[in-house]
Amino acid sequence: MPHNKFHTIVTTVENKPGVLARVSGLFSRRGFNIESLAVAPTDDEKFSRITFTVDVESAPLEQVVNQLDKLINVVDIRELDPEASVSRELMLVTVAVGRERRTAILELIEDYRAYVLNENLTHMTLSLAARPAKLDEFEVDLRPYGITELQRTGRVALPRLDETPI
Amino acid sequence: MTTNLPKPGDAINGGQALVRALELEGVEVVFGLPGGATLPIYDPILESSMRHILVRHEQGAGHMAQGYAHATGRPGVALVTSGPGATNIVTPLCDAYIDSIPMVCITGQVPYGAIGTDAFQECDTTGITMAVTKHNFLVTEAADLPRIVHEAFHIATTGRPGPVLIDVPKDIVDENNPRSAMQWYEATDADMELPGYNPSGEGDRTAIMAAAELITAAVRPVLYVGGGILKARAAESLRELAELTGIPVVTTLMARGAFPDSHELCLGMPGMHGNYTAVTAMQNADLLVSLGARFDDRVTGKLDGFAPGAKVVHVDIDQAELGKVRAVDVGIRGDCRLVIDSLIECIGELGGADAQSDRGAWRSQLSGWQEKYPLYYEQSEPGNLLKPQYVIEQLRDLNPADTIVASGVGQHQMYASNFWKFDHPYTWINSGGLGTMGFSIPAAIGAQVGMPDRRVWAVDGDGCFQMTAQELVTAAVERIPVKVALLNNGYLGMVRQWQELFYDERFSGVELGADVPNYVQWAEAMGCVGIRVDSPEEVGPAIAKANEINDRPVVVEFRTDPGENVFPMVPAGRTNSDVVVHPSQRGE
Ligand SMILES: Cc1ncc(C[n+]2csc(CCOP(=O)(O)OP(=O)(O)O)c2C)c(N)n1
Ligand SMILES: [Mg+2]
Repeated sequence: MPHNKFHTIVTTVENKPGVLARVSGLFSRRGFNIESLAVAPTDDEKFSRITFTVDVESAPLEQVVNQLDKLINVVDIRELDPEASVSRELMLVTVAVGRERRTAILELIEDYRAYVLNENLTHMTLSLAARPAKLDEFEVDLRPYGITELQRTGRVALPRLDETPI
Repeated sequence: MTTNLPKPGDAINGGQALVRALELEGVEVVFGLPGGATLPIYDPILESSMRHILVRHEQGAGHMAQGYAHATGRPGVALVTSGPGATNIVTPLCDAYIDSIPMVCITGQVPYGAIGTDAFQECDTTGITMAVTKHNFLVTEAADLPRIVHEAFHIATTGRPGPVLIDVPKDIVDENNPRSAMQWYEATDADMELPGYNPSGEGDRTAIMAAAELITAAVRPVLYVGGGILKARAAESLRELAELTGIPVVTTLMARGAFPDSHELCLGMPGMHGNYTAVTAMQNADLLVSLGARFDDRVTGKLDGFAPGAKVVHVDIDQAELGKVRAVDVGIRGDCRLVIDSLIECIGELGGADAQSDRGAWRSQLSGWQEKYPLYYEQSEPGNLLKPQYVIEQLRDLNPADTIVASGVGQHQMYASNFWKFDHPYTWINSGGLGTMGFSIPAAIGAQVGMPDRRVWAVDGDGCFQMTAQELVTAAVERIPVKVALLNNGYLGMVRQWQELFYDERFSGVELGADVPNYVQWAEAMGCVGIRVDSPEEVGPAIAKANEINDRPVVVEFRTDPGENVFPMVPAGRTNSDVVVHPSQRGE
């Protein structure tokens, strides 16, 4: 996958009806697909943060970012460089677990530092919050056991802290 | 509502509050047409100081508001009902959006609780207009109305101007509904809740100095002037800059009149149907100073061959324009007037007029082109068909220089833009970005309402006329004495021209026929005076007669040569170096 084309945009918007439609409209108008999207209020309930990842070339993206900035409800907008930011995604996954597979799965859970949210004799629902790439790996490792359901959230990201000496 | 003005804290209803809030924004005229959802707004209008002009189609209301805004610089206001009223005004909103015209549109909406239920005359107005407005609001509480109206006017008129829509559910303006009850307050700037909106005006001083250096050193510079100059009320400053530096000026279709055509530094209009010198000057420039222009494809031609040797200074109020189409050497975000004023200061610091590079060779090259390739048409022999360019020349010569000209879209628009002499800002009104046929008549009416003492001529095509002529009924009834020069060539002429030149004369879907409808009868039926002109010698007297009529609109139908084409022309997909001049100027 051409990873250099993935861009993470973090916008702070007014927490009002219709804002998400305005923001996503600027992408859909140009035929850009939003790969991942996360929306939630910030610590100030008047504002929400929309974090989205898009798969486009930089030049047209700059245009969209400039246009986003013009939306009246958009307060702040930043593109996060993957090198200079930390990001997480959450995965919930239900896997089939027979008696003999349980130990192997528990080992995986331990390795990945995932959690068991729910279980019965035949299935387990796990959660893992991690870098998106790590979630991909976890998924690959679980697949042989039989994934019955899987759900990932959109990515959220924050800039990396400066490396100031303590 | 001039009687019994509400005082802060008075219990009033949302309808009264909306009308009062509009009055407080200085609105003197509203263009509209009522319906079920706006009944409660129309009732308090009866007591208002605002004039209401009842249009015959909501598209007319929108274009009238635009014409009013163009001519006066104040935001135009339209008021239409929900559903079809709202959809009918989508075209003017889009037109105002692309041409950055300040306007506020109020739409009725079904009661708040009925939204989303496919109620009678419900449509998702804010959804539909999201992409064609600078911003839109759905009002959910009556108490928000004064604040939202104030925010709407603020957004429409500051930064890059544009249309703002306020969608008003019926229950919050209906005095019989408890949801309309509110306490009156006058909204001020302090009440606005727009944390994401900070239009900035001053340009960055360092960038302006860098631009001043490029300008001072340039040998073949051109000031490329767009509609932003007019929005910024910067015509005076522009003139000072041009005269200080001696740099020639091109005025785009949106900027005609921003710099006087009669000025020796004016090269006229560039672009697809611009004159040879304006097009070629940009093409050969070593510096383009773009002021409130946006490198539209109709100006640049094929982009990768546009002005290949030019550095670019780009001044625009909208950050998103800088570098959008053409990479810039110096980009300055700011209000054109403020930036030009600081640019003049910086150029002064660098030595002013005396420090400018020697541009003698450039000037003589430009005047050489002007002499060799002036705007040209072949006047018809007596008894032959009338030339549209001649009609425009006669109109120009028989009307005062500050006459306002509102144009439709097509060949007649290009003849009007090129053959009129625009010596005053805000005298040319047209649909540049969207190219909306039918724009001229309602826009002319709006301009005349805003400027009652000025003469207003609409220059229209027969195709355009048939799209919005019904607004002449509005004008007749309201005694708005606009004059219409209808250039009847019996064709959708501009499309016919393209089919002639680029589709081997295979004419498809362009013939209107000159005789049906009978335009004179139609004009008379609408309460206007109708005059028909067939030959060149009738042109002057007909215009003179029209100019004497001031109690009703006049339509002068000029039967023009259906085979006439607009030249020069840059064929689509070609670079501006391939500009094609009038057939008689070719060869050599
Ligand atoms: C609403 C709309 N529909 C179609 C067009 C495409 N179009 C551009 S110019 C033109 C012809 C206009 O005809 P007319 O008003 O007779 O003007 P002329 O070119 O003959 O002067 C057409 C159809 C348009 N610009 N706007
Ligand atoms: Mg025509």
